[in-house]
Amino acid sequence: MKEKKLIRLNNLLLKIFFIAFMTAISNSSYSDEGKIELIKNDWSFKGIIGTFDRNSLQRGYRVYQEVCSGCHSIQHLSYRNLSEKGGPEFTLDEAKAIAEQFEITDGPNDEGEMFTRSRRLSDKFASPFPNVQAATIANGGAYPPDMSVLVKARKGGADYIYSLLLGYEEPPAGYELDEGIYYNKYMPGQKIMMSKPLFEGSVEYSDGTQATEEQLAKDVTTFLVWAAEPHLEASHKMGFKVFLYLIILLTLVYLSKQKVWSRPDLKEDSNQKEETFDKVERAATEYEGEDPKTFR
Amino acid sequence: MSEDKYVPESKLAQWFDSRLPLLTLSHHLRGYPTPKNLNYWWTFGGILTFFLIVQIVTGIILAMHYVAHVDLAFNSIEHIMRNVNYGWLIRYVHANGSSMFFLAVYIHIFRGLYYGSHKPPREMIWITGLIIYLLMMATAFMGYTLPWGQMSFWAATVVSNLFGAIPLIGENITAWLWGGYSLDNPTLNRFYSLHYLFPFLIFALVILHIWALHVPGNNNPIGIDVKKNSKETMSFHPYMVMKDLLAMLVFILIFFGFVFYAPNFLGHPDNYIPANPLVTPEHIVPEWYLLPFYAILRAIPSKLGGVIFMFASIFILILLPWLDSSKVRSAAFRPLYKKFYWVLVAMVILLGYLGAKPPEGIYVILARIATTYYFIHFLIILPVLGRYEKTDPLPTSIFDPVLDEPNIVDKFKKTAGEYEGEKVDTFK
Repeated sequence: MKEKKLIRLNNLLLKIFFIAFMTAISNSSYSDEGKIELIKNDWSFKGIIGTFDRNSLQRGYRVYQEVCSGCHSIQHLSYRNLSEKGGPEFTLDEAKAIAEQFEITDGPNDEGEMFTRSRRLSDKFASPFPNVQAATIANGGAYPPDMSVLVKARKGGADYIYSLLLGYEEPPAGYELDEGIYYNKYMPGQKIMMSKPLFEGSVEYSDGTQATEEQLAKDVTTFLVWAAEPHLEASHKMGFKVFLYLIILLTLVYLSKQKVWSRPDLKEDSNQKEETFDKVERAATEYEGEDPKTFR
Repeated sequence: MSEDKYVPESKLAQWFDSRLPLLTLSHHLRGYPTPKNLNYWWTFGGILTFFLIVQIVTGIILAMHYVAHVDLAFNSIEHIMRNVNYGWLIRYVHANGSSMFFLAVYIHIFRGLYYGSHKPPREMIWITGLIIYLLMMATAFMGYTLPWGQMSFWAATVVSNLFGAIPLIGENITAWLWGGYSLDNPTLNRFYSLHYLFPFLIFALVILHIWALHVPGNNNPIGIDVKKNSKETMSFHPYMVMKDLLAMLVFILIFFGFVFYAPNFLGHPDNYIPANPLVTPEHIVPEWYLLPFYAILRAIPSKLGGVIFMFASIFILILLPWLDSSKVRSAAFRPLYKKFYWVLVAMVILLGYLGAKPPEGIYVILARIATTYYFIHFLIILPVLGRYEKTDPLPTSIFDPVLDEPNIVDKFKKTAGEYEGEKVDTFK
């Protein structure tokens, strides 16, 4: 009787769980309804051996430099990174030339004076503002985030940044916007303090690529992905090799294991079968008084 | 095998071993008798040992470059990611290694629950294991604080604030834990210090855990006692070593899938934003492996109650060997327990899911149901089941179930009967 009650209780609990889980899941999809699908892009750096499009990275740097860097810093990048493997791979001279366009306060020198000099490869990227507070006050109270790891700090990553750059549109009728606030359908809350940054032809590409809005957004997003993960290509390359190695090793270990486990001294369960068989035979013999050998 | 007195071959080895019996220890470990019917769920002990070593080695290297200061911690991590040779690899191995460590430990614990590995005479293995698990959670929590990102800061704030729920002395305790009146540099420094210390405590406890294991020997999927050094056991090396290695490689393959191709999948994007005490993230969530406890914490309406239930949910496991009164170990022979076991698994997963959701509406109600069930399972169902459950007959040997299909004795009886022309029942 108690058994049956317990089984009934168990079935009831399973039913409760099932209903609960389904409600929870349907509920969560309901709350996600307001969200807008990001624009999906075929990024060249995705996939098992994905690499950056070198030209896109170089163009992306130009877009950053000419459009974004007025407000956004990338404080963790150094100019030397621009010429390093797996990045935009500017030549060393090109990278040096880029660095020299910017100044830095260095010192103190032997006289104890601070002095300004042009930047070198080993210097970090120049920041548009001396500190967070200055950046915030200059931008109407909204700090333009540092772009070093921006792609990793946003849900949706590259797709989100790309979508956001292309997501500016007229607010729906009756939507109130304060001065200096813009409508972007991909921004959480749809309100953004950055004005639309990219327009067709914002940057003049020297390699003949059409500077459409989409192209600009794609290039600068690629650049930001690299800025956030400068060793992405190295990671993919090593990952591929590690997988090859592991699969070969796995095969060898599997075969060795099969070999070890097929040793005769391990097959005791077959012995055990024999034993049971023997036991029954013995019992039969006792019962019969017959010779077990003839009994089969 | 391991019972006989071991004497090394060479004179030098004998001299050494009679003074420091490391060779005898190694001989014992290699010859340690393991039941032949252990399945792949038994390979996670080895996998866990592997990950403990991975975490310690990568952690020590990271510590050479990390700076435990509120103004420098975030930047020092970026320095590791960008400028330290293979720093990105070491950090991603360490970060994803902790997730894999917890995945393996959960499988390990639930395997124990299914096959009754916590029951006599293995209570001390179970309890040392739980202490390891507690230390792991403390270590992981403090490690998550070190990057000093938004989630680091706010998760640490939420957790350390919990102690403020203790009546009268709560505020003093939080201030003592923080080393000040808010989560700040002293807190980060002590978390770093303890994060470095705890893995070595875990390592010492792992030795005790294995030592306690080697007294009664492994449990097994059938759950009956096996005779050591009989046909039912085989030596640890090479049989279990090969099996462990194979399972470990499969697990490592998954692990490296995360490390190289989705290193931030298990993390939270907000932790790439430097900590800002003035800006609270929209949802504060812990790492995935702590979510079930987070759900229990928030399911209880009062703060103090939540804290008590959260800690009780872990400490209740320590009493498990005495709460689970059934003499039968393996769920294979406990038809009812088997069902309740899967309900528990489902509830814990549900709690984990709810821990990631905002504490409002249906989520709170579900979390309360699941929390209640969690405690009912351990406090009521298990003691009652042990008394009333009708268990299936236990085999006398771990090989019996193999013989069951179709029962060889019956088969023999039948043929014998046919041969004799006699009635089968009288034949015995």
